[in-house]
Amino acid sequence: MTFVAKPKIHHPLLQFNEIGLKRRDYEGSVSTLCAGCGHDSVSAAIIMACSELSLPPHRFAKLSGIGCSSKTPSYFLGNSHGFNSVHGRMPSVATGANLANREMYYIGVSGDGDSASIGIGQFAHAVRRQLNMLYIVDNNGTYGLTKGQFSATSDRGSTSKKGVPILYSSIDLVSMALQLGATFVARSFSGDKQQLVPLLKAALLHKGFAFIDVISPCVMFNNHNGSTKSYDYLRHNGSRVVEADLTLPHEEIRVNYEAGSTHAVTLHDGSTLHLQKLAEDYDPTDRIKALTRVQEAQETGNVLTGLLYVKSDESDLHDILETPSKPLNEMSESELCPGSQRLEQINQSFR
Amino acid sequence: MTTFNDFVIRFANVNGSGSASANSMFAKAIFRMGVPVATRNIFPSNIQGLPTWFEVRVSDLEHFGLRDQVDIMVAMNAETYKQDVQAVRTGGYLFYDNSKPLDRTLVRDDIVEIGIPISHLILPEFADPKQRQLFKNIVYLGALSSLLLIDFDVLKGMVSEQYKGKDNLIQPNIHAMELGRHYAQEYLECPLPIQLRHSENVGDRILIDGNTAGAIGAIYGGASICAWYPITPSTSVAEAFEQHAKRVRVDPETGENRFAIIQAEDELAALGIVIGAGWNGARAFTATSGPGISLMTEFLGLAYFAEIPAVIFDIQRAGPSTGMPTRTQQADLLGAAFASHGDTKHPLLFPSTPRECFEFAADAFDFADQLQTPVLIMSDLDLGMNEITSDALRWDDDRKYNRGKVLTAEDLDRVESFGRYVDVDDDGIGYRTLPGTHPTKGSFFTRGTSRDEYAIYTEDPDIYTKNMNRLLRKWETAKGLLPKAEINDTGQVVGVVYYGTTATPMKETLALLENSGIYVDTMRIRSFPFGEEVESFLSFHQFNFLIEQNRDAQMKTLLVNELGISPDQIESDLFLIRSRAEFSFARIRNKSRPD
Ligand SMILES: Cc1ncc(C[n+]2csc(CCOP(=O)(O)OP(=O)(O)O)c2C)c(N)n1
Ligand code: SF4
Ligand SMILES: [Mg+2]
Repeated sequence: MTFVAKPKIHHPLLQFNEIGLKRRDYEGSVSTLCAGCGHDSVSAAIIMACSELSLPPHRFAKLSGIGCSSKTPSYFLGNSHGFNSVHGRMPSVATGANLANREMYYIGVSGDGDSASIGIGQFAHAVRRQLNMLYIVDNNGTYGLTKGQFSATSDRGSTSKKGVPILYSSIDLVSMALQLGATFVARSFSGDKQQLVPLLKAALLHKGFAFIDVISPCVMFNNHNGSTKSYDYLRHNGSRVVEADLTLPHEEIRVNYEAGSTHAVTLHDGSTLHLQKLAEDYDPTDRIKALTRVQEAQETGNVLTGLLYVKSDESDLHDILETPSKPLNEMSESELCPGSQRLEQINQSFR
Repeated sequence: MTTFNDFVIRFANVNGSGSASANSMFAKAIFRMGVPVATRNIFPSNIQGLPTWFEVRVSDLEHFGLRDQVDIMVAMNAETYKQDVQAVRTGGYLFYDNSKPLDRTLVRDDIVEIGIPISHLILPEFADPKQRQLFKNIVYLGALSSLLLIDFDVLKGMVSEQYKGKDNLIQPNIHAMELGRHYAQEYLECPLPIQLRHSENVGDRILIDGNTAGAIGAIYGGASICAWYPITPSTSVAEAFEQHAKRVRVDPETGENRFAIIQAEDELAALGIVIGAGWNGARAFTATSGPGISLMTEFLGLAYFAEIPAVIFDIQRAGPSTGMPTRTQQADLLGAAFASHGDTKHPLLFPSTPRECFEFAADAFDFADQLQTPVLIMSDLDLGMNEITSDALRWDDDRKYNRGKVLTAEDLDRVESFGRYVDVDDDGIGYRTLPGTHPTKGSFFTRGTSRDEYAIYTEDPDIYTKNMNRLLRKWETAKGLLPKAEINDTGQVVGVVYYGTTATPMKETLALLENSGIYVDTMRIRSFPFGEEVESFLSFHQFNFLIEQNRDAQMKTLLVNELGISPDQIESDLFLIRSRAEFSFARIRNKSRPD
């Protein structure tokens, strides 16, 4: 009988964090998204952030709307409850869930269609309410799940200047969040783990509404009508062997670039995205400056990434509503029901 | 001949003229004399300037339905004067401000005019123009106290109560009241043959509107989250919830609120918040009216299919579309019962009185938790916004909330496997878990997409079908849980069926029938899906009259559809707005005596 010594593996997936869990304990079910979809990179970053923070997975609640992006809560934190609600309405469901139990971590994942079109009203009002949650938009500038219709965030950075111009002006959720009073506003790129994971960690620990707009390329439909490099174009004009329902496997796009620098990313359709990372000495406590910087970058065809704005120690919705520290969903009859004597007094006031 | 404690008086005012508080003081004073009253606001969808009417039906017999003509009209609005004069029954009284001469073309010689120079009386007494306007209402209140024999001490007591803390307002109010009172005593023939006298008929009952009672019911039922969007006639549910929760739901030590109220950005968000809270184990509700229900339908389907408790008050108003926002109707039944696409249906409750609004509100949270589904309380403007003599609200301190099938961490440790939608008890209702309960067991993904018993997404037709049929089993379970119809069956040939506020005029309808020697059985439907008792009542009676307040016989449609009975078994007695005793009486009489 021979013994083979088991190799010692230091793979990050197998390392224990402070609460004795492995990265694997933060994973979810296997993704059914297209290979190389930016959304999967975001899920991976969430898994890393949560496990590195050593937070108990079952104390998270994951909420989403409808879309490829909104499917992703299945693919991380398998031991926490998830709620895939209806298109564009995650913010209200998250509001109710949060009101019921203030002690959980709430992660909302939405898409650009979900948040910037059908759900723009709910997005705006969740920001206003200072809901204590992490709100992520997997922003691919298109409607992935319904196969590539234009999105209201489409016209962003240099990519939009290629192909057929989008007819309507674009909506920038980051600028909206800044204007409406979100106390943590950041933008990142799905393939930039070095930037995204720390942002997610900071956002999870932030009290109040933390918003991260993650540019997350769609491998299937990140194309414009008329773009000669788009997948659609190739399908219709390229080699005959490509069938209409054939999907080509793609690689996840990863980037790693320095603070303060600009980085050009070639997307799956061949278009270029110019990412510009905030410099290390950027002061994220000035909301007006943040707004200006975002807009300046836009003017020059860049997408500004990093932590744009943060304000700590602000009150959240529960502080505003003066609810008790004990979660409302744990209140017992004796705490909720005023009882018959009190009811008699109420009756008396109607006599 | 003098009559006691039996008349209808209508006040015709201009919206925003401060008449509302004087008018409700009038009703409350009579109520405090022990005489049952029912009030009705008839008001426009407008804040200032348009006509409003306030009607009080005073009735020892508790005949509280609407009557076409009134005994006394207090005509304070020149603009509606013509129609107001017409609304007085022959032999009735028209009370008006004769500071300006009456338009003689409008005079009727079959009614009695009672003129009081209200403006002239006020002018020398009050300098402030706002007070002059406000106190007109108080002057007629004083005059009516002499004419109808309202106990003046009761009235004065009410003024002191109303202005408690603003003592400088008490004296001027009482002064204005006395101006009217003394004028009437001096110059008019007091009292009228229509009079009030102290009565024992109120007992320990209360004068309250259904929305307030429903809101208190929500507090007692353990609701901690209310999300809403303003819409007449439902707004006062949320407002009353806030008002009372601030009194009785605040931590006595810390002053913290054991409730959260969100005025949402729209009705979609309001129901979304309720669903999120329900998913996370807090009792939550929203209050709305028809247009809000229309907006909520997508979410209602989600809550039905994902099986999440929610309570919705639908205070119905006249549709379609914006319809008549300030008029009552029972026309949301079909829309609410089947709200949302796909095979979706929801339990409905039909309260008829404020006391029942309270009870059904509290019960609805149990039903929603037990059935893991949205439950709609189908009130309406008439019940919701008008004060009526109602049984006092009662609570049994031994009552425990029924939170339905929710597994705790200990339960999860005990069970071998957990499947959110496994029909363990064969009643169509699975066990649910709340987020955050257990580190490794019981988590699942809630979704509006098709899924298997373990909440895993699937499009397998057999699994889908099985799930849809399980939901039907749950529907059967609901029938045994929801309030039974209230039936009075003495073996008559004719059955009269009603629900919600069509019950209000029924006492009078039945009295009219009895006076004509016609006896009928009655059934007041209180919930949907219908229990067996509803079906047997309908099948045992040769004729069934079903009284409803909508054009399309919506309750009849539900009955025929759900019970599979023949449409011929039900004869509809439809009112587009309010049901009336005299009309129902005539129809039932004609049908009962086919000669
Ligand atoms: C009420 C409603 N309308 C339309 C749809 C169809 N629909 C599903 S996902 C989607 C767009 C999703 O786009 P986005 O939010 O950007 O997500 P992505 O798939 O790009 O991640 C649409 C229109 C729906 N599910 N519900
Ligand atoms: S369609 Fe686009 S967004 Fe959807 S999974 Fe595929 S790559 Fe991702
Ligand atoms: Mg998208």
